[in-house]
Amino acid sequence: MPKYMLIMRGTDESNAAVRSGFEELAASTYKYIEDLVKAGVFVEAAGLDEPDQSVVVDFSGQTPVVTDGPYGETKELFGGYFLLDVASKQEAVEWAQRMPAVTGSKVEIRRVAGDDERPPETAEPAGTASESSGRG
Amino acid sequence: MGPAEVEAVWRIESARIVAALTRFTGDFGLAEEAAQEAVAEALVAWPLAAPDSPAGWLMATARRRAIDAIRRRAALKDRHALLAVDPVVNEDVDPDRIDDDILALMFISCHPVLSPEARVALTLRVVGGLSTEEIARAFLVSVPTVQARITRAKKTIAAAGVPFELPAAGERRDRLGGVLSVLYVIFTEGSTATSGDRLLRPDVAYEAIRLARTLAALQPDEPEVHGLLALCELTAARFPARTAPDGSAVLLEDQDRRRWDHSAIRRGLASLVKASSRGLGPYGLQAAIAAAHATAPSVEATDWDRIVVLYEALGRVAPSPVVELNRAVAVAMASGPAQALAIVDELVALDRLPGSHLLPTVRGELLVRLGRRSEARAELELAARLCPNQRERSVLLHKAAELE
Repeated sequence: MPKYMLIMRGTDESNAAVRSGFEELAASTYKYIEDLVKAGVFVEAAGLDEPDQSVVVDFSGQTPVVTDGPYGETKELFGGYFLLDVASKQEAVEWAQRMPAVTGSKVEIRRVAGDDERPPETAEPAGTASESSGRG
Repeated sequence: MGPAEVEAVWRIESARIVAALTRFTGDFGLAEEAAQEAVAEALVAWPLAAPDSPAGWLMATARRRAIDAIRRRAALKDRHALLAVDPVVNEDVDPDRIDDDILALMFISCHPVLSPEARVALTLRVVGGLSTEEIARAFLVSVPTVQARITRAKKTIAAAGVPFELPAAGERRDRLGGVLSVLYVIFTEGSTATSGDRLLRPDVAYEAIRLARTLAALQPDEPEVHGLLALCELTAARFPARTAPDGSAVLLEDQDRRRWDHSAIRRGLASLVKASSRGLGPYGLQAAIAAAHATAPSVEATDWDRIVVLYEALGRVAPSPVVELNRAVAVAMASGPAQALAIVDELVALDRLPGSHLLPTVRGELLVRLGRRSEARAELELAARLCPNQRERSVLLHKAAELE
């Protein structure tokens, strides 16, 4: 079965809402995970530490620059993920719709590529891309 | 909403719906039919107007269809009194009960009154939510055959008066063995197709894993459930490396171990730990053997002595000629082909595996290693003649041809 990652993306507002209603959300999330486990599709899940605890390594210049805090140019923050083993993308979507979430947050669904899959060869090598953006 | 969405909701919800309806109507066959009717309606209705709660819609519709059927029967039997009772009472379904219900469904689908084929079909249909077509495709039998098996199974269960309830605790452990063996049959069908031209049918194997995970969540205190799950995860971990790009089989010794699914190995090892709380049963022992392979960097670096010991233990708790044959293979790796050939020759002398291609396959390999080339070729050719899987057969013929 293909694996899908349900990536939880919040905003500053939704993250604040999570903190204020944490107990309730934790309980419903626990129930949600239990449902996933009993349906045999749960692989793993994790929540990430507060965004202000993060470190960013920026490759836009000639050498990587390390700074504190979240990447500044997006309002959406990657807050945690579920990894599911399901039969289809539709099934992943169906589970994602049942996820307990606060208003304003989003769930992105991405298939996890298999071990034997490689990115298309026509794609520009990552090194080249960051170099050109560094000069621009 | 299209058919794919309906299918996704059905896959997630079917067992709960059938279970709740069986509790509600007391009739397993009726519940299953009502649920199927609800899906058929969803396929027509949802593309026009998607419901707010797809699962709730399916449940409500299935319940209505079940009530219709009860009314029809009541009318037939001229028992209008039944109608006075409003059957829609279980609006609130207790989630704890639901878990028991799904477990009860598994036990009913794998009931000892049914033939093994019927158990497999019914489990995939009722607990797994697979369609008749999917089951037929998975087992390379015709749709009418699957339909007939399911219909007959439901009649058998009704005739036997199987109640919709969990077996008593004492009985449950015995019956659990039947449930595990059905899941294992489904898994092995997916991991080595018994016939046809494809070596693997991963969908079938993964469905078995999903069901085994469900069972492990519902019966967390049964070590063998975790043992079966570990065995399935560790075996499935090798799938990405088991076939070459052209679909031909790649033997364990030639597999690129970097392509094994390492998260599946981690999950399998975690399940194995849970399985070993009170010593290992037959599935746990097989999982431990799979774990020895999964954690070895190469065939040479594999702990073959440990595998021999595990096969000896397996031969004691679940003796079978296939276990003996596998022990012979491990002995060949641990102590050399001569000792292994003695085990294999004994199996031949006792005719313990009549008609199986596995025995001449192993015997052929051992003779190759002993340098007895012409005998080896004859054995491998015999194995190819007996082998029902085309992919495996071509590997055997190729090996035999190399001995010319």
